[in-house]
Amino acid sequence: MSFPSRDELIDFVYEEARMIDDGRFDEWLDLWTEDGYYWMPLDYKQEDPHLVTSLLYEDEFLRKLRVERLKGERTFSQKPKSRCHHVLSRPFVDEMDREKGLFVTHTPFHYVETRLDEQFLLAATARHELVLVGEELKIRLKRVDLLNSDAAFGNIQLFL
Amino acid sequence: MGRYSGNAASIEALIRPTQVHRDVYIDDEVFDLEMKHLFANTWVFVGHDSQVPNKGDYFATEIGRQPVLMARHTDGDVYVMHNRCPHKGTKIVIDREGNTGKFFRCPYHAWSFKTDGCLLAIPLKKGYKDTGLEDSEAARGLAPVGAVKNYRGFIFARLNPEGPGFDEFFGDSLSSLDNMIDRSPEGRLEVAGPPLRYMHQCNWKMLVENQTDTCHPMVAHESSAGTAVKLWESLDKPEGTTKPMAMEVIAPFMSPYEFFEDMGIRTWPNGHGHTGVHHSIHSDYSAVPGYFDQMVEAHGEERAKAILGENRHNTVYFPNIMIKGPIQQLRIFIPLAANKTLVESYIYRLVGAPDMLLQRTAMYNRLINAPTSVVGHDDLEMYERAQEGLHSDGLEWVNVQRLYAEGEDMDETAVENGTTERQMRNQFHAWKKYMTMTMGAAQ
Repeated sequence: MSFPSRDELIDFVYEEARMIDDGRFDEWLDLWTEDGYYWMPLDYKQEDPHLVTSLLYEDEFLRKLRVERLKGERTFSQKPKSRCHHVLSRPFVDEMDREKGLFVTHTPFHYVETRLDEQFLLAATARHELVLVGEELKIRLKRVDLLNSDAAFGNIQLFL
Repeated sequence: MGRYSGNAASIEALIRPTQVHRDVYIDDEVFDLEMKHLFANTWVFVGHDSQVPNKGDYFATEIGRQPVLMARHTDGDVYVMHNRCPHKGTKIVIDREGNTGKFFRCPYHAWSFKTDGCLLAIPLKKGYKDTGLEDSEAARGLAPVGAVKNYRGFIFARLNPEGPGFDEFFGDSLSSLDNMIDRSPEGRLEVAGPPLRYMHQCNWKMLVENQTDTCHPMVAHESSAGTAVKLWESLDKPEGTTKPMAMEVIAPFMSPYEFFEDMGIRTWPNGHGHTGVHHSIHSDYSAVPGYFDQMVEAHGEERAKAILGENRHNTVYFPNIMIKGPIQQLRIFIPLAANKTLVESYIYRLVGAPDMLLQRTAMYNRLINAPTSVVGHDDLEMYERAQEGLHSDGLEWVNVQRLYAEGEDMDETAVENGTTERQMRNQFHAWKKYMTMTMGAAQ
């Protein structure tokens, strides 16, 4: 891949969601750059991940921790395991900066997570900042804004 | 009338020296009585005055189930009043915070009130001429709560006009709040952003008890903190790699029992208490460059060392908040129903201190207390299993016996082994006192 096409960027975003829904979390970990961040702000217009609270702001170590924890023998909140389901609207390609090698998509989606008799629905928007590492597209930043980020939630255990 | 209303003896019978009856967690009538008595007789945290920095700023919240408003009045003071129009009952504000200008205006009939709650104006007032309105409750404006105290920026209120004084209620436990505030070189805190809001399908007291439950971290959090420790050890790291901030935050949860035994628990009268008398999971964070020098400049070296030498872990202010002085966090356990609790976790900036301290605090909040936090998932799973399990008729009592000593006196301050459940017993001792204080005898 010299430079990704619009379709390749869109396919990437769909593939990522499918990996999560399939529970292929180790593959999902490989989608990120080493210095990539997975961010879910707490406030709708939040700009700062550091000096106010976020729902998530996770580097490579913390993403791995999540995935390892999901496999754990004594991870009681995952007995039984949760499952999730993404329904994506077609991603907008907001930026294709070939000079910087930066590609940005904007994807509204619905997310459903279930465990035991409980199931909940969240509406959200993902912003992917993708870069080329060698020949592969990787996520440098994935920002997920929940429509109701200021609401009170129970456990959200998988990945939006 | 149910079994418990107006029957203090039946409430007292729920609390025994080493066990409590499950009805304190699952019974709807007991919950209603908690709202009516316990949350009216005690000093309940409302908010921080930095949430209403300017005149006309307001913050809407609840004390127990009572909707209240905290507002900055033109005299510069913070007032707390019921969020209910004295005319028809409409909530005066419905958003969580904002600025109302010089007065509140009810959106239904435009009755208006000064920001201290006093009635300001009524449209077409001649309609009340000779009706005796001035002698009615409605003419007194937004009903004030029973008593308000601004303690170094922290606003507490007691709903009942009569009851224990603020100093009498908190006593020496205020040393934990003092320590949190004194950690600012300017002696001042500011709220930093909105709180995490985490819904729990369990009784609020389970959360309060968990704050000084030192025998659960290495068990319930093996999945999160234990995995973090193993993962860190398994990584290929260059020699001398320093632990990242996230590991400093999460790894101490896996400390062995001896660590928690040695850290100590202190209990104060009226249900307050804290873990981490000698050291805590917050003791070994890396120093933040420049901070100690700022503290020495502000307080002198001896005092700076004394302030920063305290590493209190969780301080419970009965009935329903917990603070962490060393990281400037405050959690409120808001009771919504016998089996439903909203947990709001706030963080504060130490005014004048380096940003890195706040950065660590924000990280702690999201790693440990978010609905998306792996540590939070561990805890909530346990609370919800307990809430369900308590409906089993196999047993009716919950055990709080660890390191119980016969004849222990909760009106005395005590320092004990850090794994004692004395603080849980202390909370129930206070619970009984403030539940029955205004209840009267059996009828």
